[in-house]
Amino acid sequence: MQKFILGKKNYIMWIGGILIALFFANQLWIGNEFLSLWPLIIASTLGIAPIAIQAFQALRVKVVSIDVLVTLAVLGAFIIREFEESAIVTFLFLFGAYLEQRTLNKTRSAIKELTKMAPESALKQSENGEFLEVDIDEVDIGDVLLVKTGAKVPVDGTVLSGEGYINEASITGESFPAGKQKDSLVYAGTILENGTLQIVADRVGEDTTFGKIIELVEEAQDSKSEAERFIDRFSRYYTPAVLVLSFIVWFFSRDIELAITIMVLGCPGALVIGVPVSNVAGIGNGARHGVLLKGSEVIQDFSKVDTIVFDKTGTLTIGNPKVADTEIYADDIQIVSGYLASVESESDHPLARAILEYLGDVKIYPVENTDVVKGGGIVAFVDGHKVAVGNSVLMVNQDVHIHEKAREDIARFEQNGNSLVLTAVDGELKMLMGIRDPIRPDVKKDLQKLKALRVKSLIVLSGDNQGTVDRVARELGLTEAHGNMLPEDKSAYIKMLQEKGRIVAFVGDGVNDSPSLAQANIGIAMGSGTDVAIETSDIVLMNSDFSRLPHALGLTKATANNMRQNIVIAVGVVLFLLTNVFLSEWMSMSIGMLVHEASILVVILNGMRLLRYK
Amino acid sequence: MQKAVIQLDTLTCPTCALKIESAVKSLNGVERESVSVMFISSKVKLDFDDTKLTIAEIEKAITVLGYEVKKSQVKAK
Repeated sequence: MQKFILGKKNYIMWIGGILIALFFANQLWIGNEFLSLWPLIIASTLGIAPIAIQAFQALRVKVVSIDVLVTLAVLGAFIIREFEESAIVTFLFLFGAYLEQRTLNKTRSAIKELTKMAPESALKQSENGEFLEVDIDEVDIGDVLLVKTGAKVPVDGTVLSGEGYINEASITGESFPAGKQKDSLVYAGTILENGTLQIVADRVGEDTTFGKIIELVEEAQDSKSEAERFIDRFSRYYTPAVLVLSFIVWFFSRDIELAITIMVLGCPGALVIGVPVSNVAGIGNGARHGVLLKGSEVIQDFSKVDTIVFDKTGTLTIGNPKVADTEIYADDIQIVSGYLASVESESDHPLARAILEYLGDVKIYPVENTDVVKGGGIVAFVDGHKVAVGNSVLMVNQDVHIHEKAREDIARFEQNGNSLVLTAVDGELKMLMGIRDPIRPDVKKDLQKLKALRVKSLIVLSGDNQGTVDRVARELGLTEAHGNMLPEDKSAYIKMLQEKGRIVAFVGDGVNDSPSLAQANIGIAMGSGTDVAIETSDIVLMNSDFSRLPHALGLTKATANNMRQNIVIAVGVVLFLLTNVFLSEWMSMSIGMLVHEASILVVILNGMRLLRYK
Repeated sequence: MQKAVIQLDTLTCPTCALKIESAVKSLNGVERESVSVMFISSKVKLDFDDTKLTIAEIEKAITVLGYEVKKSQVKAK
């Protein structure tokens, strides 16, 4: 019975509305005595049923909810034969709940969109080798699964056989399909655009990368900020307090109508819903724009940030060194290139990779007697010649003469922030290469946007040498630059800034930067969703997209503002109504309820504006 | 100790969350501190002692309040 009534809440609301309309129509045009009373009594009785049930359930678990307040008020109105008031109040209360539900569904849509992308079934290999469609919950680690063209990858797994292209936009944000073959990793929720794959399940359900993203967004939306916890406590005592107040008023004034009006006006609806609605909308907006905000606390803190500290490599720069400048001091360039490539192809140094990438396809010679000089480079015999590849220190050790022109080039290359690689053949300098990690495109523009959002200091801290760091700082217009820093130096520096009263955000690529991510008021990971990055940081910029940073800051500021507006609206309305009960003539129970429901809608709609923030 | 995640039908009012939280917390065998009702995602997360009560009993405490339980997941902790 209870369930039946609660399930039909919306019908009851509409019937109540029609009955009330009937009453007013009768008052205006017909004047039938029967119709001036009974529609209201029926509407009140029907309408109060679901509210009273909810109130009773709440009281059973010792919670004095808004429903209790409304039920008592309506019963009171009934007793003093104010049927018009009781009917309208119940209708408005139900109507408000209905609108709340409708609009909340919209704010919840960010999560829904995500969960809709979750795979539901899989083709699992049975004992006789056939693939049968099973529910996703029946897939265990180690199962062999078949993925056909157009299907979703059901789990995180490794390709056993087959080839294909997968759209991984749901995980990395990258819309260009990634090629997969034997031993490639595939992720749940991504879509196989063409080809057929057999995969073995490594992680299933909530443990998959996709499952973790959903869980993070869910927990973030539901995590409570200081302000919300306060309001929670507040409304828990507030409702009983309103009851007591109306009782006192009744006791002294013996005016039961006034007491009931206070009960209705005291409903804390907008206050309860105002703050969470802003948070949910803000976090939802972020999730759609590649910014994972981990909770409403994060929103408050990040919106107040005045100092942002950046890691250099992989954050401001791409993180992959490239050959940027070259000078050649030989005529036999083909041969020298071949010698250089031969030596470097034996090395796994990051600079070696950049050089090989730059040289491309050249002739490779056999290499003998390779000698790795620590902090210098490599000396080896190639094709009967002694080849030295390394920095200036190595050249001096090897008695290579560095002529005037080369000296000037070296100075210039260093000033441009290059790491130097010199190549000498048989003691004669042949080639100079400058290698550096290029700055991400558009970073400068994004940093200017951050400054426009009132971030005072933009600081770079790096393990790289001071020259390189200075050059990056100059090029990007940063306020401070410090090089030669170990991970613990960086976190100590952040701590020092905090002791000076700064509110610091740290942006890093998440692995070696974890002490700083933890130390800063807000840790921001540039990670395409790696576990370490996701877990230690407060904000994740999906797909390492630096341009999301100004959006994230602007969004948290907008959200924090929105939340303050909602608190002001909610508290203001309650104060306004309560003072008017005592001071004005026009205030009545139904007007109060109307203003109340309107204020709830206003805070929800205000919160939803955030969904469109760009 | 078991960890349970209970997916409910969409919650529509914040007091619903408060009610469910109080109801679940009052059950004997439920770790009071662990109970969290997630309003937006309409989920209840809690730890409970499976020697003292079953997941079905926890679900029942929620359904008698008038909220539908869609799915429960229990994992050993």
